[in-house]
Amino acid sequence: MAPTRSLARAVLGSRTLAALTAPHGVDRYLELVNPMWAAREVRARVVSIERETHTPNPVATVTLQPTSTWEGHRAGQHVQVGLELDGARRYTRVFTISSAASGPGERFTLTIRANDEGTVSSYLVEKARPGQILHLSQALGEFVLPDPLPSRLVFLSGGSGITPVMAMTRTLLRDGYDGAITFLHYAQTPAHQIYRDELAALGAADNGVDVHLVHPEAGGEFFSPAALDRIAPDWPDVDTYACGPAGLIEQVQAAYAGTDRLRVEYFKTPAVATGEAGGTVAFTRAGEQAANSGATLLEQAEAAGLRPEFGCRMGICFSCTARKSEGTIRNVLTGEESSLPDEDVRICVSAPVGDCAVEL
Amino acid sequence: MTVTPINQTGSGTRPKAAASESAIDQQLDPTTVAGKYGLSPADLERFGEEMDTIRKRIIAELGEEDAAYIRNVVKAQRGFEIAGRALFYLPPAWPLAVAALSVSKILDNMEIGHNVMHGQYDWMGDPGLNSRMYEWDNVCPGEQWKYSHNYIHHTFTNILGKDRDIGYGVLRMDEDQKWRPYYLGNPVYAFLLMVFFEWGVALHDLEVENIVAGKRSIADNKPLYPGLLRKIRRQALKDYVLFPALTGPLFVPTLLGNATANLVRNIWAFNIIFCGHFPAGVETFTEAESEDESRGHWYFRQLLGSANITGGKLFHLMTGNLSHQIEHHLFPDLPARRYPQVAAEVREICERYGLDYNTGPLGKQLFSVAKKICRLALPGKRDEGPGAPDAARVDTAA
Repeated sequence: MAPTRSLARAVLGSRTLAALTAPHGVDRYLELVNPMWAAREVRARVVSIERETHTPNPVATVTLQPTSTWEGHRAGQHVQVGLELDGARRYTRVFTISSAASGPGERFTLTIRANDEGTVSSYLVEKARPGQILHLSQALGEFVLPDPLPSRLVFLSGGSGITPVMAMTRTLLRDGYDGAITFLHYAQTPAHQIYRDELAALGAADNGVDVHLVHPEAGGEFFSPAALDRIAPDWPDVDTYACGPAGLIEQVQAAYAGTDRLRVEYFKTPAVATGEAGGTVAFTRAGEQAANSGATLLEQAEAAGLRPEFGCRMGICFSCTARKSEGTIRNVLTGEESSLPDEDVRICVSAPVGDCAVEL
Repeated sequence: MTVTPINQTGSGTRPKAAASESAIDQQLDPTTVAGKYGLSPADLERFGEEMDTIRKRIIAELGEEDAAYIRNVVKAQRGFEIAGRALFYLPPAWPLAVAALSVSKILDNMEIGHNVMHGQYDWMGDPGLNSRMYEWDNVCPGEQWKYSHNYIHHTFTNILGKDRDIGYGVLRMDEDQKWRPYYLGNPVYAFLLMVFFEWGVALHDLEVENIVAGKRSIADNKPLYPGLLRKIRRQALKDYVLFPALTGPLFVPTLLGNATANLVRNIWAFNIIFCGHFPAGVETFTEAESEDESRGHWYFRQLLGSANITGGKLFHLMTGNLSHQIEHHLFPDLPARRYPQVAAEVREICERYGLDYNTGPLGKQLFSVAKKICRLALPGKRDEGPGAPDAARVDTAA
């Protein structure tokens, strides 16, 4: 199997085949035959979807079979997932991988919470079906364990922030890690607890993992340095990986201030459109910031002294297309607002609404 | 209400513009194209609003059908390409192979490449159909074409001296282009441009005519060479080396077949594109009258600077819907499959404003273009027949 696969990959990835399929690329032909055949792009087939919680914003674990182009991932990394809704528009979102580190072409899982406004997350949790094809990036992110591994670790997480530290724990146990892990997780109530059975088994087994599940809305104690003192007295000297909502992470960062032991990852909630000028426009490539004047992104960039490329200045030629990484923009021609992250916009006809970041 | 100037200068048969009831005739400037049609700035504004209403409605409707359509066209194009390449292994099927590959190249350049690179499908978020990433089967690099076509041609449509598509820097395609003895070769240049059309489009970005005129330096072209050469090398390698070599002893027939398919695509594209802007009755504009123009005037200029070709569904598909050049110029970033759908509405609006909607069967439009190419080889101003422009404008433009 493996030699066949590597031969196939060598042929599909060869320069000759690329020259024959130019200018469209090998994948533009392969995808028409079988979406799981790819030379460069990464796609995945949904294998199964398992509910983790049945709370109002339910959580599910989605198992994916990637194409052979998947290069594998390290525990703690995330992946961009592209999903076509209604067979038309593709939406791209980032999800952390929850399974143990994978090798090339190997299956992995995403554990996803259905957000209220999240078209992609809600779809994957509630509507996706086995067999469906998703578009993927390669694994991304630097929130990973060091090499060599320390003999002692603290994992601290809240809500669906459990996924990267769970991936780390699963990887360490699978690979025979012989150090000690303190695993502290905050979920609203026991009903909101993700991986409940697995964590119960982990806590009961003799494996060096000390599991503490805290449910503040069911009487559990909120995070505090004192709470950490009780379960892991050595914590200021231990490599700690924390992931969760911004509020929890702020408190953890305050507790670890003055040490260099803490590594954090958290996903910002999308900025909410204010419907008025206000806020700040960030030009991320230039490292400039300006108060949002309500003018188009092109005009504001020029006012900030940048010289972005442009053509017609009326939205027809696409010369000025740039990536908006955060925030909401209003199309000044149609009045339509859009808050998608990592979206290509024509800056000559897009005005930011509130805070906004563009790659200019 | 007063009689508008069109009846004094034009054919006299044009319906009086509904717009002239707006009692702002004193704003009409008979030396402009809008004035010639009896349209005041306020009329143009209302006209523009009607166009914007169509545009907004279509944008709101975009969805599954449009996505499925373009994906099916891509599938068909890939199918024709694979069939064409494969049929070269069967020598008696040579004409069939050429036909399939020609269809593939035409679909690739017109309904897919041209339209995708206009950003018509950017809303889908599919990198394979994205204007910034798409590259077509043509020696002109998409990146360079997008500048000269999407920006220059579509922004400055039919403005003499700004729209370089008027004559492609080679031909005399408008009476207001000053005649020189060089233009005696007009029909010959047009024929050569047709045969080598993809090369003409590729070299178009080098703006040789502007270098000759001293408006551009040779050094300005330097950044364009690497991309251009890379694209030419890739296209030539594929069609004239690799695929012929893959058919082994059939190297020469395959090479000739590929060259023929490129030629067929060139001839087809040239003819469709020339029918889109150069039949009789298409208006050109001066830089002065297009300065600081309103959105309504921009729509007006796009409308009068373009011409349609009538035909059936398959014909529209093979032209990349550029048979609806008028609708394409009004709404260049809307999926082309929507143009036939809005054409009736656009036409109705034109009738109300007393504007010409230039359309006709392929034969008629082609004959009209060929006639113009030949007539303009010789010195002389515009025709004196129906639809001829006012003398005042030609004088001011000279």
